[in-house]
Amino acid sequence: MPQTLAQKILQAHTDDTVERDGQIVQCRVSLVLANDITGPLAIKSFRGMGAKRVFDKDKIALVMDHFTPQKDIDSANQVLISRAFAQEQNITHYYEGGDCGVEHTLLPEQGLVGPGDLVIGADSHTCTYGGIGAFATGMGSTDIAAAMALGETWLKVPPTIRVNFTGVMPRWLRAKDLILLLIGTIGVDGALYKALEFGGPVIDALPVEGRLTMANMAIEAGGKVGLFAVDAQTRAYCAEHGHDPNHPGLIRDLAADAGAAYERVLDIDVTGQEPVVACPHLPSNVRPVSEVRDTPVQQVVIGSCTNGRISDMRDAAEVLRGRKVDKKVRCIVLPSTPTVWKQCLKEGLMEVFMDAGCIVGPCTCGPCLGGHTGILGDGERAVTTTNRNFKGRMGSLSSEVYLAGPLVAAASAVAGRIASPDAL
Amino acid sequence: MEYKGKAHKVGEHIDTDAIIPARFLVTSDAATLGEKCMSGLDPEWVKRVRPGDILVAGRNFGCGSSREHAPIAILGAGMPVVIGHSFARIFYRNAFNMGLLLMEVGDEVDKIRDGDELEIDAATGRIHDLTNGAEIVCPPLPKSMAAILARGGLVGYVKERLGDGR
Repeated sequence: MPQTLAQKILQAHTDDTVERDGQIVQCRVSLVLANDITGPLAIKSFRGMGAKRVFDKDKIALVMDHFTPQKDIDSANQVLISRAFAQEQNITHYYEGGDCGVEHTLLPEQGLVGPGDLVIGADSHTCTYGGIGAFATGMGSTDIAAAMALGETWLKVPPTIRVNFTGVMPRWLRAKDLILLLIGTIGVDGALYKALEFGGPVIDALPVEGRLTMANMAIEAGGKVGLFAVDAQTRAYCAEHGHDPNHPGLIRDLAADAGAAYERVLDIDVTGQEPVVACPHLPSNVRPVSEVRDTPVQQVVIGSCTNGRISDMRDAAEVLRGRKVDKKVRCIVLPSTPTVWKQCLKEGLMEVFMDAGCIVGPCTCGPCLGGHTGILGDGERAVTTTNRNFKGRMGSLSSEVYLAGPLVAAASAVAGRIASPDAL
Repeated sequence: MEYKGKAHKVGEHIDTDAIIPARFLVTSDAATLGEKCMSGLDPEWVKRVRPGDILVAGRNFGCGSSREHAPIAILGAGMPVVIGHSFARIFYRNAFNMGLLLMEVGDEVDKIRDGDELEIDAATGRIHDLTNGAEIVCPPLPKSMAAILARGGLVGYVKERLGDGR
């Protein structure tokens, strides 16, 4: 039977025979992830289950990235729980401090997640790793606790929606625009319980960092995973980031079989498409920038697991170079990992950001979830490169969040209102 | 298991930031989280809830983050059941793992009005709206979910499986 990418990866991690969508299969996991918010609950459940040892100390990642650097006493105490557990269980991949970054940028960058892996994480944006061809999905803390103890989890084989991006990629269009266009088309539950599988000539040419951006937001359409085939782009990324060349997922190209059965196939032609933003208060409320231009903004955030990688920093710097952030705007730049931060330094991007009047901060999720380092007051409006614009997500219930890529975010910081980079 | 309580209706695509905003995630205590339940929608909302009341939701309830604090906050506010048009995937797993019963009923949810008195028989999946007489029958739970719920959630389920004291 010809298989979709989702079916194929699941089959590699289960002893059951994957025969149909909707079937429940028991899968071995390659890596289990939790962060400073979800870790303590997972540890509590782990203890409640009577578990004594984790299944494999090398296959668990604990990344303290949300409320860190510890923003208050309660969040510091939460980290203490994870740190003590990591020490007790001798967890290899515990991150807190100078080597820590935003989890979904950090793990593929450090080679901890590779093509063909099956990863579950107590964070909804775990689906990011679909960008390098991993079946990766978010779950709650107790599911994660069970996987920490057993090394396996149950998964329902998802039906797949295939999305082909075709046409000529315009000068100012980026991966963020592509995924927002899709979410705007199918809605925030358009892929509920389903896999998204991306392809087409535009995707073939898209570097892995852009694919990670797109897979990251599969959950914003309700999706279980957002999958990309393993190809030359994947190999280039894995080589650059020191992945083991003998990793099972890299030995041969991993792609859906010809003739695989899809629930739905969508074609999106990007020719002539202008950049887009997702307006308050749903990621599916997508409009071309020109329709909302001149909307005043008070904050811009460039960073997060969606758009905090070096290619995003380069995009932001391209717009900000030689320009000034509007006096009425605070523009906060948070490179996602120490590696990205250092690369920005090497390339002179930090100087560009500082000269433009940006606030450059630590590697943290901080403002994305209204945690810290850039919270919106009553009635304030932000353009951000993050992934959610739910009511109150970044602060006050009366604030507003517009989602965009780094080019539009940077242009909006300069203009003091929502703007496209070609309008500056 | 039978439940009886007043329906509290919420709309479509209610996200986890509405159910429990991220700034309250510095604890996992059910009672504390329960006091903030639905405060991303309306900080006063939870004050109308009495123990045993039933949450009734539109399409895609629980979308957004993976925070298990969301079902915990609902349970902490005293609501043991959510009847919904449909549920977001991660929330669905989390709810059963925490011992919160979800009943996915599609368009039938429109038969229930805010404030109606409901009676639920979980075993048969029957929902009876005592205020307007409407009957809704929820499709049976997947076996895996019923097994987890029968042990009070995933913790009890895995504990049983780990019986060897691993």
